[in-house]
Amino acid sequence: MGRKLLFDKAHIEGIRYYDVYRANGGYGSAEKALKSMSPEQVLDEVKKSGLRGRGGAGFPTGMKWSFIAKPEGVPRYLVCNADESEPGTFKDRYLMEFIPHLLIEGLLISSYTLGCNSCYIYIRGEYAWIPDILEEAIADAKKNGWLGKNIQGTGFDLEIYVQRGAGAYICGEETALIESLEGKRGNPRIKPPFPAVKGLWDCPTVVNNVETLATVVPILRIGGEEYAKYGTGKSTGTKLISACGNINKPGVYEIEMNISVEEFIYSDEYCGGIPNGKRLKACIPGGSSVPILPANLLLKTAKGEPRMMTYESLSDGGFATGTMLGSGGFIVLDEDQCIVKNTLTFARFYHHESCGQCSPCREGTGWMKRVLLNIENGKGKMSDIDLLWDIQRKIEGNTICPLGDAAAWPVAAAIRHFRDEFEWHVLHPEEATKRNYGLAHYADPLEIAAPAAV
Amino acid sequence: MAEEKKLFKVKIDNISVEVEPGTTILNAARKIGGDIVPPAMCYYSKLQGSGGKCRTCLVKVSKGSDADPRPMPKLVASCRTTVMDGMEVANITSPEVLDARKGVVEFLLLNHPLDCPVCDQAGECHLQDLSYEHGADSTRYEFKRRTFDRVDIGDKIQLHMTRCILCYRCVFTADQLTEKREHGVLGRGEAAEIGTYIQQSLDNNFIGNVIDVCPVGALTDKTFRFKNRVWFLKPVDAHRECHDPKCCGKTVLWMRGDEIFRVTARKDKYGEVEEWICDTCRFDKKEAKDWIIEGPRQIERQSVISQGHYVGVHKPKDPLVDVLDGRQPKLLLDIHNISEVNKPNVDLSKIQGPAHSDDFNKK
Amino acid sequence: MFSEEKLNKVKEIIARYPAGKQKSALIPVLHLAQEEFGGWLSSETMDYVASLLQIKPIEVYEVATFYSMFNLKPVGKYVFEVCQTGPCMLRGSDNIIDYIKKKLDISVGETTKDGLFTLKTVECLGACGYAPMMQLGKHYREHLTPEKVDAIIEECRSKAN
Ligand SMILES: Cc1cc2nc3c(=O)[nH]c(=O)nc-3n(C[C@H](O)[C@H](O)[C@H](O)COP(=O)(O)O)c2cc1C
Ligand code: SF4
Ligand code: SF4
Ligand code: SF4
Ligand code: FES
Ligand code: FES
Repeated sequence: MGRKLLFDKAHIEGIRYYDVYRANGGYGSAEKALKSMSPEQVLDEVKKSGLRGRGGAGFPTGMKWSFIAKPEGVPRYLVCNADESEPGTFKDRYLMEFIPHLLIEGLLISSYTLGCNSCYIYIRGEYAWIPDILEEAIADAKKNGWLGKNIQGTGFDLEIYVQRGAGAYICGEETALIESLEGKRGNPRIKPPFPAVKGLWDCPTVVNNVETLATVVPILRIGGEEYAKYGTGKSTGTKLISACGNINKPGVYEIEMNISVEEFIYSDEYCGGIPNGKRLKACIPGGSSVPILPANLLLKTAKGEPRMMTYESLSDGGFATGTMLGSGGFIVLDEDQCIVKNTLTFARFYHHESCGQCSPCREGTGWMKRVLLNIENGKGKMSDIDLLWDIQRKIEGNTICPLGDAAAWPVAAAIRHFRDEFEWHVLHPEEATKRNYGLAHYADPLEIAAPAAV
Repeated sequence: MAEEKKLFKVKIDNISVEVEPGTTILNAARKIGGDIVPPAMCYYSKLQGSGGKCRTCLVKVSKGSDADPRPMPKLVASCRTTVMDGMEVANITSPEVLDARKGVVEFLLLNHPLDCPVCDQAGECHLQDLSYEHGADSTRYEFKRRTFDRVDIGDKIQLHMTRCILCYRCVFTADQLTEKREHGVLGRGEAAEIGTYIQQSLDNNFIGNVIDVCPVGALTDKTFRFKNRVWFLKPVDAHRECHDPKCCGKTVLWMRGDEIFRVTARKDKYGEVEEWICDTCRFDKKEAKDWIIEGPRQIERQSVISQGHYVGVHKPKDPLVDVLDGRQPKLLLDIHNISEVNKPNVDLSKIQGPAHSDDFNKK
Repeated sequence: MFSEEKLNKVKEIIARYPAGKQKSALIPVLHLAQEEFGGWLSSETMDYVASLLQIKPIEVYEVATFYSMFNLKPVGKYVFEVCQTGPCMLRGSDNIIDYIKKKLDISVGETTKDGLFTLKTVECLGACGYAPMMQLGKHYREHLTPEKVDAIIEECRSKAN
């Protein structure tokens, strides 16, 4: 069994409720931080832990916190990003539904560190039942002196509010989230200024993912240095992976970042392999926006090393032969799946979710979707494949926010690794509506280039 | 020259300029002027918060600053990126920028009707200029274009959403110039559109300025009695004593003979109004006696409007002939082909003084 | 008009934000209004929300048209929002959508003649591991099969009577 830091007590009956959570050591980290440490000391522990943002970008959390501006007399805000809308990602939901106090404790410690007295949890609107769970937990925490005025006699005040979104993936982008929290359309802001200087209501603001903030609790419990001993290299600690698609045991798993992708997919502890004796065709390991990899590149890097579940190993080889850990939305495709169809659903998703502010994303996402739809429906032309490549190339890097890139990457990666499948669709329009291209050569062992003599 | 304030040295396309800290790359480029100024379809210096959206002004920062010389990893929107001391920027000298800009223009035109010949904005349209300079020969878009019906917003302004490029300028104008904003962006993504609160008339004494800020033919003046034909009008500078304290009273009258066909604010060479005017001046003062005429307006734009050789026109040198390899500009129209009113053999520039309807009636 | 109780709820929401920032309450209040006034937002409802929050009506329209959860047209009593994005597609969401279409004899976006059911397709709802799935009111229905869909339809019909 891999070591657990977030889910170590997840199996305990009733851990959702305050009493059980507290009886099992809950709020111990908060007590330690508030009563015996200065905010600077807590920040130091977070820095030492090497914790990287779990929302997708993997930016070091300690560093992010140290950027927050501290002008005199201006409030600062902590915003918890619970928008979780990247296809394949459903890990934050699990944390909030089943261990809400872990998040609240994390918010308390983080707010103390940042000097915030109000904190907002922005949760996607479709998770309509979760605000009730969170609000109940907040009320219980308050009753027991962990929120409100003069928390545990330390003089620190904190209120946590839950704000529901209303159906917009783009509100996961931190500045769009802030706009939405201000009661506006979720249009990402043009940066700079960054939220750390001018965020919510123009005040310094930190936006962090649910999992990031919850992870602060075990960091304080065991200490930053100890936390950094989990995992591999710069991928310290554990990570929640939400696994879905064609696997035997879809669900949310906490992994220590030292296992291989192969182990994650095939071991009984995690995904439990692929159902019906099918073979692995491809995988999108970090949520829909990260590049898709064929089986052979997924399990081994281009250098022939086993691919590990770490930020570094998954991105080994860059976009040419690698991908990203992203938000940990692990999507597995078996040999019966169609890459064109899958790419189409992602293109449709990003088209649906574009805010429409900047022209490459507003116009380009719809264009890609329509071209893909033609190919999928047997009306594609060979030139459409190059056209798609050109469209994605002109979106990527030229937009206001990374949604443009997120829309471009899946299309680029699908063409890069599965071009013959697209061509097959174009050349066999009749057949392509009836059957799939299948596994083809995507699982064939790679030729490993001999290391160049130095 | 011992200045108090330290100026930042910036190089754009290898031309040096010194600007105050806080200046954007675009404004630094405008200070240099000429061909190296990036096109700007959404930025408007007089509107707070504008810019960043259209992406036509993307440039490459090849050196961040003297302190941190690393290049910026992506192209940046020059209208929203401020300069650093020692920064080096590439605009028309960067093939990467020109390629990206070509892409942006293609995106902007993707759902655009391309019917300049019947568009009210033809001849003074920034998108027309832009596609002339950076557009492709033909569209690669094979799908149905998005269309909208024209709607009247009140009896003076017409909105034709089909032509809108969602630059948000009119929204900023309505927000920043008028008391009660009734005009905004509805919908999301590709379906986003400019809308008014239940198609209400925009009855505010400054709302007419949305016509002037609109870079395309999406918002037009319904009181303009000579649509599609701006190139037959002679622009003159004029002013009047306006009682609205926020209105400068300085305008351009678009005339033929003694008739005033349209009143607009005065625009600089980047198409931005110099000062706002009120709706009374714009819509209600259409008699020559209302105005004190100063003289011919100098138009410094490159589109067809300046093809008429007006007195005092500064015609910018056209650097794009080289870039375009002699290719024909796509959206430019031959006015003589489409004009039903005017005789092709009448050449405006040859007429002494203001053109008059008599000039066109002559057989 | 909101009831006394709902008006108090609105006040409570506004109190979450600093003074003068009541516009932040817009999305939560629109949710309340949609629940309260028949599952959709009419222009009267939106104007009412604007007056409650002392903002201009256009600011409400801008927001209500941006977010996909706000209905600007009347919908059936039960709205089946079936996810069709990649991970759900991999687990057969297309079959579920087809099944519902046949069973209720409507296309996507339509409402049954009796006004009871509306079928919508939506993009990823964050339940990819429990696919195929749909949202029905406040809750998710996961691991859908044709049999489960039948049961859900029956459940709704009996509740409606
Ligand atoms: C289009 C888009 C959607 C995003 N969605 C989410 C999201 O749903 N949840 C999340 O935590 N971060 C999301 N992010 C990342 C956030 O912008 C931000 O980086 C993150 O909340 C920072 O938190 P972290 O440092 O703890 O990861 C998204 C980013 C983009 C560009
Ligand atoms: S990239 Fe897309 S989502 Fe992001 S600001 Fe531009 S249009 Fe909006
Ligand atoms: S003149 Fe401008 S707005 Fe009118 S159709 Fe041509 S490009 Fe479009
Ligand atoms: S109507 Fe004109 S000014 Fe307004 S957003 Fe569209 S193009 Fe810009
Ligand atoms: S002018 Fe800079 S992005 Fe539009
Ligand atoms: S793809 Fe259907 S819930 Fe995520």
